[in-house]
Amino acid sequence: MISSLPPGAILILGSLLVPLFRGKWKSFYLLALPALSFLNLVYWDAGQSLAVNFLGYHLVLARLDRLSLLFGYIFHLISFLGLLYALNIQNDLEHSAALVYAGSALGAVFAGDLISFFLFWEMLTVSSVFLIWSRGTIKSIYSGFRYLLVHAAGGLCLLAGIVIHVTKTGSIAFSYIGLNDLGSLLIFLGFGLNCAWPLLHPWLTDSYPEATIPGAVFLSAFTTKTAVYALARGFPGTSILIWIGAVMTCFPIFYAVIENDLRRVLSYSLINQVGFMVCGIGIGTELAINGAVSHAFNDILFKALLFMSIGAVMYRTGRVNATDLGGLYKTMPLTCIFCMVGAASISAFPLFSGFVSKSMVMEAAADGNMRLIWFMLLFASAGVFHHAGIKIPFFAFFSHDPGIRTKEAPWNMLLAMGITAGLCVFIGSVPGPLYSLLPYPVNYTPYTTSHVLGQTQLLFFSSLAFTLLILSGIYPSEIRAINLDFDWVYRKGSALFVRCVIWFFDTLRNCSGGVLSRGILPVLNQVGKDGLARAALLFMVTYWMLTGTRGKRLEMKKTKLYNDIMKGTLPIGLGAGLAALFISVLFFLTR
Amino acid sequence: MAKPTNKEKHYLFDNPRNVKLLFRIYYSCLLLLLVLDFFLHKHAIFGWERWPEFYAVFGFVACVALVLAAKYILRPMVKRRENYYDK
Repeated sequence: MISSLPPGAILILGSLLVPLFRGKWKSFYLLALPALSFLNLVYWDAGQSLAVNFLGYHLVLARLDRLSLLFGYIFHLISFLGLLYALNIQNDLEHSAALVYAGSALGAVFAGDLISFFLFWEMLTVSSVFLIWSRGTIKSIYSGFRYLLVHAAGGLCLLAGIVIHVTKTGSIAFSYIGLNDLGSLLIFLGFGLNCAWPLLHPWLTDSYPEATIPGAVFLSAFTTKTAVYALARGFPGTSILIWIGAVMTCFPIFYAVIENDLRRVLSYSLINQVGFMVCGIGIGTELAINGAVSHAFNDILFKALLFMSIGAVMYRTGRVNATDLGGLYKTMPLTCIFCMVGAASISAFPLFSGFVSKSMVMEAAADGNMRLIWFMLLFASAGVFHHAGIKIPFFAFFSHDPGIRTKEAPWNMLLAMGITAGLCVFIGSVPGPLYSLLPYPVNYTPYTTSHVLGQTQLLFFSSLAFTLLILSGIYPSEIRAINLDFDWVYRKGSALFVRCVIWFFDTLRNCSGGVLSRGILPVLNQVGKDGLARAALLFMVTYWMLTGTRGKRLEMKKTKLYNDIMKGTLPIGLGAGLAALFISVLFFLTR
Repeated sequence: MAKPTNKEKHYLFDNPRNVKLLFRIYYSCLLLLLVLDFFLHKHAIFGWERWPEFYAVFGFVACVALVLAAKYILRPMVKRRENYYDK
C-alpha cells in the first residue's frame, strides 16, 4: 500500500534508479518522483503516524500535523521546481544527491522522535555536500570539506545533546524541548549551526556560492529551513532567539553591500531572511509562529527564484561577479523579469509573497512592545531591498554593459523560474490559501492602507538612497576581493591548531627520541653486551683454570671470547643452546 | 559574446529618452507617496509610525547609513586580496 511509505522514502529510494534512465525518460522520471512522493503525502490523513520498533525504541517516521505538513508541501514543491530547473544538467550524481537531500529534509520534518530525526539530519549534510563537490573546481572541493567538517561538528553537538536529553527524560519523542539544561543547550546549538546563527554562519556564505548552479537552488531551500522547522518544533518562545534572529537580519546586509559574487550576496540575504523566522519563533506567539513558518514557505520560493535566475546568468555567461556582469536585460529579458519578481518578493513589495509573511513577524514584535527589535527588523527590511532587491537585478541585468551577448536561459530553467515567479505573485496577491495551511488560525490582514503605504514608502525611499548614491558615485564600487568573515577564526584558528599539534608531537618525538637513542638505549646496550661477556668470562675462566689452561693461552682465549660476545659472532649452536637453556630455566621457575 | 558594434540593434535603455522617462515616472511615484502620507488613515502600533513621512525618512536614512557604514567601516576592515586564503 503506497500510503504506508514514510514521506521521504520515495525520493531517497528513487534516487538510486536515476542512472538507469536516459534522455526524455530521465526527465520524466526525475519530475515524477516528487509528484509521486507528494501524492503519497496527501494520502495520509492529518494526525496519522507511522512507527517502527528499532533496538527497543519506538521510532516515529511520519508524524503529520499542521507544522510538519506545511514544510512537507513546500519541500515537495521546491524539489519539483528544482529538478525541473536542473533537467538540462547531465549529471546523475547531482540529480541523485538532490533527491536524497530533499528526501532527508522530508524525513527530518516528519520524524516524530529524536533518533530518526538525527539520522535524517545527518543525511542532509552528507547528501548536500555532493551538490557542492559536483561543481568540480578546487575551490568547491575545499569548500565542501569545510562544509562537511563544520556540519560534522554541529551534528556531534546535536547527538551529544540528544543522548543527554533522552537519558534525562527517558523519552525520545521530538516535541517541545525548551532551553533548560546542558542537553537542551547542545540540541539548541546543533539546530543553530544549521540555521546559520551569527558566528556559526560562515559555512553558508562559504559553500553555497561554490555549489553547482542547481545545487545552490536546492541548498538554499532545505538545510536552513529544516533547522527553522526544528526550532519551531523544539524551542518556540525561547526569548534568546528573538535577539539571535534580530542580529541575523541586520549584520549580513552590510556584507551583502560590499560583496562582489552575486551568489554570495544571495547567501548573505538568505541569513538575513532566516533571521526573521528565528526572531518570530523566539517571540513565540501564534501570530509570530505563523509569520515565521509562512516566511519560511515564501523564502524557499523567492530565494530559489533568485538563485535560479543568477544561476541561469552563470549558465549562459560563465560569470557571477558583479564586476563582470551587466546589461543582460538585452539578451535574457525573461530571466531578468523573473529575477525582478524574486527581488520584489524578498523585499516584501505589496502584491509579492514576502509582504504577506514578513509583516506578521514585525507585527508580532510590535504587539510584544519590542521597540529595539522592531527597529532592527525595519532596518533589515530596508536593507534587504537595498542589497537583494536592487543590487542583484541591477548589477546582473542593467548597470554598465560589458558587451555580453548571449542567449536566453534554456526552456526548462525558464519554466521553473516562471512557475516559481507565478507562485510568488499568487501568494502575495491571494495569501488566503497559504494562511489556511499555517499551524495556527490566522487572524491577520496584511493589506491595510497604512501597511501598504508604509511599506511602499520604506522601499521606494530605500531605492532613492541607492539611486542617489549610485549617481553621486558614493556607492561602493564592486571590487575583486574577498571579505573576511568570522570564518577567518575557523580557518586561521584551525591552521594554528594543526601547527601547535605538529609542534607538540614533533617536540615530544625529538625529546623522547633523544632520551632513548642517545641516553637509555646505548647504556642498556653496553650493559647487556658487556655484562653478558663478563658473566661468560667469569664462568669460562674458572672452567679453563680448572682444566689447566694458563698464561698466554688463557689470555688469548679470554680475549677471543670477550670479542665474540661483544660482536655477536658466537657460533649459532651456542646461541641456540643458551636460548634453550634460558627458556628451560624460565619454564622450571614458573611452574 | 561579441562586443557591441554600431550595427547592433538598440535596446530599451540604450535610448536616453527612455531612461529619462523612467526617472520621471520614478520621481513622480516618490512624490505621490509623500503626498499620500498626509491623506491616508494610519493604523499604528507605535506612536512614531504616525509621524509624517516616518517610513520614507527611515528607509532613506537607514540605507544611506547602511552603505556608508559598509563602505567606510566594514570594507577597510575585512577586504583582502582574492587569494588571501590560498597562500
